[in-house]
Order: sequence, then structure tokens, then C-alpha cells
Amino acid sequence: MTHAAANRLAAAPGDNSAAAFDVARVRADFPILTQEVFGKPLVYLDSAASAQKPRQVIEAMSHAYETCYANVHRGVHRMSQLTTDAFESGREKVAGFLNAGSADEIVFTRNATEAFNLVASCFASAKLARGDEVVISTLEHHANIVPWQLVRDRLGIVLRIVPIDDDGNFLLDDYEALLGPRTKLVAVTHVSNDLGTVVPIKQVIDLAHARGIPVLVDGCQAVPHIKVDVQALDADFYIFTGHKLYGPTGIGVLYGKSALLRELPPYQGGGEMISSVTFEKTTFKDPPHRFEAGTPPIVEAIGLGAAIDYVASLGHEAIAAHETGLRGYAEARLTQVAGLRLVGTAREKASIVSFVMDNAHPHDIGTIVDRAGVAVRTGHHCAQPLMQRLGVAATARASFGLYNTREEVDVLAQALESVHELFG
Amino acid sequence: MLDDLRELYQEVILDHGRNPRNLRKPPEANRHAHGHNPMCGDSVVVHATVDDAGVIRDVAFEGRGCAISVASASLMTEVLKGKSQAEAQALFEQFHDMCTKDGTQAGDPDNEELERLQVLAGVREFPMRVKCATLAWHTLNAAMAGGDEVTTE
Ligand SMILES: Cc1ncc(COP(=O)(O)O)c(C=O)c1O
Repeated sequence: MTHAAANRLAAAPGDNSAAAFDVARVRADFPILTQEVFGKPLVYLDSAASAQKPRQVIEAMSHAYETCYANVHRGVHRMSQLTTDAFESGREKVAGFLNAGSADEIVFTRNATEAFNLVASCFASAKLARGDEVVISTLEHHANIVPWQLVRDRLGIVLRIVPIDDDGNFLLDDYEALLGPRTKLVAVTHVSNDLGTVVPIKQVIDLAHARGIPVLVDGCQAVPHIKVDVQALDADFYIFTGHKLYGPTGIGVLYGKSALLRELPPYQGGGEMISSVTFEKTTFKDPPHRFEAGTPPIVEAIGLGAAIDYVASLGHEAIAAHETGLRGYAEARLTQVAGLRLVGTAREKASIVSFVMDNAHPHDIGTIVDRAGVAVRTGHHCAQPLMQRLGVAATARASFGLYNTREEVDVLAQALESVHELFG
Repeated sequence: MLDDLRELYQEVILDHGRNPRNLRKPPEANRHAHGHNPMCGDSVVVHATVDDAGVIRDVAFEGRGCAISVASASLMTEVLKGKSQAEAQALFEQFHDMCTKDGTQAGDPDNEELERLQVLAGVREFPMRVKCATLAWHTLNAAMAGGDEVTTE
């Protein structure tokens, strides 16, 4: 079956999952999807690691470099002015995307990891003392574990870990039981990058707020799939990374409530973040600039703005419907492969399907399906504590983006059948 | 597609991957090291028994991992028994070249051990997998050198 035929099939009447969504047209926006690997069409099922970029993003960035580029916030000259406007309009778009109260609540970082380190470091300086507790969950990515461990080792705080059940569900009752008088922050993921579990984040936040505890949310895997409204959620901090949202690498986003950001000290020192410097005393700018030392990711912010426009043009609901359809199809199709077991069957999931096979290690699975042109992630997915909880060393993970098709799921399934054939 | 892959996953490898030899911890072993591949989380512990003359009397390993890393560890334990440390070192270097350098031929038909390891030469075509094939060897090297931790980074 050709891609076009598959797409027609996917969009056939009666198939609500994809009816509203013209995946063939979407695919045409992503130049890389015409690439071949090992002589086979690229089947890119690794968007949770990093998503591919639509032409609209690539063009917005090269257009900036070609027509409107200088350093920002620095020159009186026209180019600097124009570039500053374009950069700050990227910030406005992010604010709109998250429904933040104001663009001043959006801090640009190098990636999500830097945003976690920023919060951990600054929040610790301002608010944490020996014996205080931070609650994270078993589902966390290393980016939301290790910065807290560094704080723990520096200050003697205590990390409390919310457990999950065998299906990968976040255990809300156990979570509530962990909240105590010394809990100073809850830092949990919105969507698990390995299992796809959607955490009931609104309830998580409400339970913490009932005790006056602020909440940081890792939205890296959520924003590509779910419409996020930080005000409706009442999240105190919300972090995501540009490159998983069809935007460029080199840019991450920290949303923080104004009042909270104002209470935090600077993260790094340098240019951009100061109001005035003398050798005796330096005064710092207000957020967000206080947290953006040095030349920021200028063109990346423009690219991220274009990615947000792109996602908005398709509509989160249509994207979610398409991806949910794909995930359901993939789960049904993959479980037909002999010896395959899904890992992560939470009640609510994003379009991430992790699995293991009886006789083949995920690493071998990855190599074999690669030869069929299929890119999947294999390994511990930067979530080793989660792997330990699940009792596996590693998993293979197919993650679906807005450009994937059911035909691609079929290619994966066939490749997995040959894994089974080889390893028996 | 499978043809290509059968180059990598030869029967010998599948067999050693499924039924690894010397998967144990000998009580008399006097050299130990833990090897770790951060990329996939695989880890292996190598135990060697070296006598006073510096001859490797026994090599065994524990751990789990992909077919390539387990088969390589298993084969390694078989070819190293009775070798001096210098011979083991030389064999590792030849094996490493075999896994990484194009055009390295089966070469020396007198080198029976290298001949046996030839089944792993297929990893050359899969650069991401070279570390799997060499993990146990790096770990053995660390054990011999008196280290106890090694990662493939
Ligand atoms: C859930 C989650 N959090 C954090 C990160 C870190 O993102 P980055 O590597 O862009 O900093 C990732 C992706 O790697 C992720 O999936």
C-alpha cells in the first residue's frame, strides 16, 4: 500500500480518529519525511525524543537569518530593533500557547533541562533549607530528578517519590499521603516520556495548593499532544522544550507565575540580565530577563513561535484525535506480534507505546527495525528509576507525532515480526 | 532485509546470546570489574581468576543485555582461558580493530581465537553496536588493570 493510499484509508469516512486531519498534507510540510534509510522510506517513530520540523519553522528561521538578524535588546540600530521585536513576539506566542497571564512569565532557556536546573537552583536558594521536602514521581525524566539530587546533596533536603502501579498509573492517594508540613515543592511530569501515562495534573496541583505547596510541571511530552492552559491548571511553574514541539533545538521554556519568579534570585550572571553594573554593586532586571544571562536563543525563539503557529493552524484537538487513533491502532497491531508485551497501559495515555519482546533485547529490536527504515528509541529513556520500578533494563518505544500514519505502524509491526522470526 | 541482519546475528551469536557460557561468579576469582553502557543501561560484571604466573585460569561474567553484548561476553570467556595477560591484551586489540576498522580481514588463520571471534565482525556495519560488542572486553581490561568500574562512554 502506498502512503497516499494509507492516508486515504486513514481518513476514510466513519474513521473519526483521522477524518478531520489530512495527514498527507501535513506530511508534505516536513521535508525530512521524504528521506530514505537503508533504501526504505524513513518511518520516524521517535518524536518523543525529538520531533521533525515543518518547512514553516525551517523557513522562519532562515528568513530571520537572511533578512532580520542582530543581537537583541542592545542596539539602537534598526536591525537590532526589528530582531528584538521578532524575538519578543516569539515570547508572546509562547505565552499565548500556554495561556500565561503575561509574556513576562515566559523565560527562555537552552532546553528543558536547563529550566529544571534553573528552578532547582534558584528555588533552593530562596526557599529551601535542610530537612525540607520536594515531591517528585517515579515517572520522572532524569532532567527532573538529578537537579533535585544536586540540591539534596548541597542542602540536605529530602526527596519523596510518588509511586506508580504496574500499569504505569500515577497513584494519587499515595501522592496525597506524601504531602506534609515540610513539603516545599511538588515537581512532577504531565506526561511520562516512556510510558505515555497522562498524570492527573489538575488534581495533583489542587491537592498541593490545598496545603499551600507550589507545583512545577514537566510539560515536555504534554505540549505536543495536549492543549495546556497554565492558568486553568493553576500551575506555578511549567516547563517544556522547543524541539519536541516541532520547533528548533537550543530553546526551552520556563513558565513561572510572576509573583513566584520575582521571589527568585538570578540563575546565572552576565549581560542581558542586569539593570546596572558597577564593581561595587549590580542590580538585576525583572523577570524574565533576570533569568536570561547572555545572548538568548534569538532565532530559536522565532522558530519556536513558528512551530506554535503551525500546531495552532492544525488545532490541538485534531492533532490529539489523530494521534489517539494512531496509538489505539498501534497497540492493537503490536500486541498481535508474537512475544511482544506492552509496557505502560495506564488509563490515560499520550501517543507513546513502549514494549518489550520475549527473546529480543530492545537494543536488538532497535537495530533490526532500523534496517526496515523505522526509527524507534530503545534503552532506558533517561528514566532509569522508572525502568527499575518496572523490572526491565530497557524498553523499545514508538512515539507518534502529527505526521505519522497507520501504514507506518504496519511497517513497524512487520519489522517486529521479523525480530520474532530471527530471535524466535 | 533479514539477509543483512543475519550477517550481524549469526547463528553462533544467537546461540551464545540465548545460552551464554560461563554465566556465573566463581568463588576463587581474584579480578573483578563492573562494566556499564550508559546508552542502553546494559551492565556486565566480569570475574577473572589469574594465577601467580599471570595466566588467566578462568573468566566468567554476570549481567544481562542485548544479544551482541551477551554473546560477546560469552565468547570472550571461552577464548581467554589459559591466556597470559599480555596475550589477552593483544587479542582485545585485534578484536577491537576487527569490530571498528573496515577492511580488517579474518587475517591470521593461525590465530584460532580471533577466528572464533570473527562472528562478531558484522558489528562493523552497525557503528552504534560496537560498544555492545566491546563492553565485556573493556570490563575485563579494567579488571586486569585493577580497576572496578568502566563505562563505554
Ligand atoms: C519528560 C521529559 N522531560 C525533560 C526532557 C528533557 O528535555 P531536553 O533534553 O530538551 O532538555 C525530556 C526529553 O528529553 C522529556 O521527555
